[in-house]
Amino acid sequence: MRILLIEDDPETSRFIRKGLEEAGHVLDLAGDGRQGLLLALDAEHDAVVVDRMLPGLDGLSIVRSLRAAGRTTPVLVLSALGEVDDRVEGLHSGGDDYLVKPFALAELSARLEALVRRRNASAGAAAPATRLAVGDLEMDLLARTVKRAGQIIELKPREFRLLEHLMRNAGQVVTRTMLLEAVWDYHFDPQTNVIDVHVSRLRRKVDRTFGAPLIHTVRGAGYVIRAP
Amino acid sequence: MTSITRSIAWRIAIGYAVLFGFSVLALLVFIYVSTEGFMTRQMEAVIEAEVQGLAERYRVGGVRGLRALLRDRLQRNPASSSIYLLADPNFRVVAGNLSNWPPAARGAEPWIEFELYTTDAADGREVHRARARHFRLRRGFHLLVGRNLRDYEAMRSAIVRNVAWGIGVAGLLAVAIAWWLRRSVTTRIESINRIARRIMEGELSQRIESRGSGDEFDDLVANLNGMLARIETLMEDVRRVSDNVAHDLRTPLGRLRTRLEQLRGACGDSASAPLAEDALREADQMLVTFNALLRIARIETRQRRHAFERVDLATVGDDVADLYAPVAESRGITFRHSGIAAPVQGDADLLFQSLANLLDNAMKYTAEGGAVTLHVTSDDDSVNVVVADSGPGVPPEERQAVLRRFYRLEPARSTPGSGLGLSLVAAVAQLHEAELTLENNAPGLVVRLRFRRAG
Repeated sequence: MRILLIEDDPETSRFIRKGLEEAGHVLDLAGDGRQGLLLALDAEHDAVVVDRMLPGLDGLSIVRSLRAAGRTTPVLVLSALGEVDDRVEGLHSGGDDYLVKPFALAELSARLEALVRRRNASAGAAAPATRLAVGDLEMDLLARTVKRAGQIIELKPREFRLLEHLMRNAGQVVTRTMLLEAVWDYHFDPQTNVIDVHVSRLRRKVDRTFGAPLIHTVRGAGYVIRAP
Repeated sequence: MTSITRSIAWRIAIGYAVLFGFSVLALLVFIYVSTEGFMTRQMEAVIEAEVQGLAERYRVGGVRGLRALLRDRLQRNPASSSIYLLADPNFRVVAGNLSNWPPAARGAEPWIEFELYTTDAADGREVHRARARHFRLRRGFHLLVGRNLRDYEAMRSAIVRNVAWGIGVAGLLAVAIAWWLRRSVTTRIESINRIARRIMEGELSQRIESRGSGDEFDDLVANLNGMLARIETLMEDVRRVSDNVAHDLRTPLGRLRTRLEQLRGACGDSASAPLAEDALREADQMLVTFNALLRIARIETRQRRHAFERVDLATVGDDVADLYAPVAESRGITFRHSGIAAPVQGDADLLFQSLANLLDNAMKYTAEGGAVTLHVTSDDDSVNVVVADSGPGVPPEERQAVLRRFYRLEPARSTPGSGLGLSLVAAVAQLHEAELTLENNAPGLVVRLRFRRAG
């Protein structure tokens, strides 16, 4: 993926660049708001990562300008402000996701991939997908049923949503916070890794009685579902 | 209101009434006693002067001259209360307005009192007391000069009556003043108490109103207000300092985290990888603590009802229960929850966070086989959220303290946790003007949040 990073702090910039390049992405860098906006308007990027506080032009103004120019490039806003109001404001101005500093590189990377994938999915398909499949695991989004190897698996509503979110991002790491946000529509900080308990229950139903496991833990990052 | 025996205003008022009453009583009794003494002395002085005058006349004119003088006097003023009596050495009456010499006056006493029988008294009574001076004249004759005490006693009873009235009026006045005194003191004190209660409820910017009369209460109010301003500044300073510390440390901590993450990447699968992993986890835990601290500080300084919306706490309760039910199951804890429509004005994310913190604590401190419940109930004007567990509970004397930042009960120090979970709940409760109480579940803890129901 080609990603534009607009960030004025050299330390953070270097860290993100190194991490994302290692993950196989191509990065364009901008050190201030004006330069960033020009770059964003000039070239096609798969995603834009923009710091909220920038010299010249602040992050939210860049997002608004991009949207006003008709660009639908997914934008992830980085910020040192973690309050709910700030987050809501960030998303309202046209950002697609919001990440509070400091963050784990894995979180940023997972979120970026989810953003790009979501955009491609909605742009590519004329009608939204009604079926998801990973290996021999199938999910019918209309009938709300899940089958593995033809056998019906009974899931509770939250478990269904959890699995759905994993399957929509099949092959990609989904972090714990991403799962919490997707399945519970609240923004909050869990005190313990409460989501792990949910994933392990889901695993028991989806993986245990079948041969190869589909849901995997990615150390220090989150979970991934992929075909064996 | 404070009971009468314990209210200082009442005690001052009653003390004042009693003191005032006694002072007036003492004053009037003194006036009475001295008036009476003065009247008696005055009368005696007049009698003494008369005796001297009559004795002088006796020395010049003998028995005959004195008798003529007495007759003349008595004729001129027959209704007077004066008593004159002249007797020979054998107490036989020679002249005067008494029929015989009173037996009480036969001794050596110069001043005597005796009973006087009259038939023509103005007040209808026949017996009056009289006071007289017995004077021995030369050649054995006796002279008695005195007064019928009728007028004197009428005057004395008039004084007693007036004094009694005076005491009665003074008593009523004392009670009235005491009542007014109590009321004015109580009103001022109550106005101070009212503000103090609101300040304790968290409205730190409240100030006591001064009446501008420049009295001691105004001095007190000025001092209290000064103290409040100082406390408010200090609290703001503390908040700002902790906010700044958290904020300033978060940036280097973030850098530290970044380096650790790079280090872990560089370690690959080498033997030092777990070390880097541990260090990263520690850094994350510190960041979690700092973020929680910053979050509490922001919630506490947030404007009330800013960005509030209608939230059904029962729905929030259901969602939190969904999140924690598997946790309970995995720990062998029985978890039950219920909720009926419970609308409040609030911030859904913060309310969810609070309930999550409460359930998290409840699950953390409840042993296997224990029970945790979450109930959301609602009545006409309030919404109650009750989280109960069967864990070790919190001793009554520590129930306020556990709401403070970083405060942890002694036995809990070894378990993971930042000591900020309940502080955040308290901050959110205060933001929502909800009442937060911790009670005994015997065994265990009951946390109760009482919100005002949204219309």
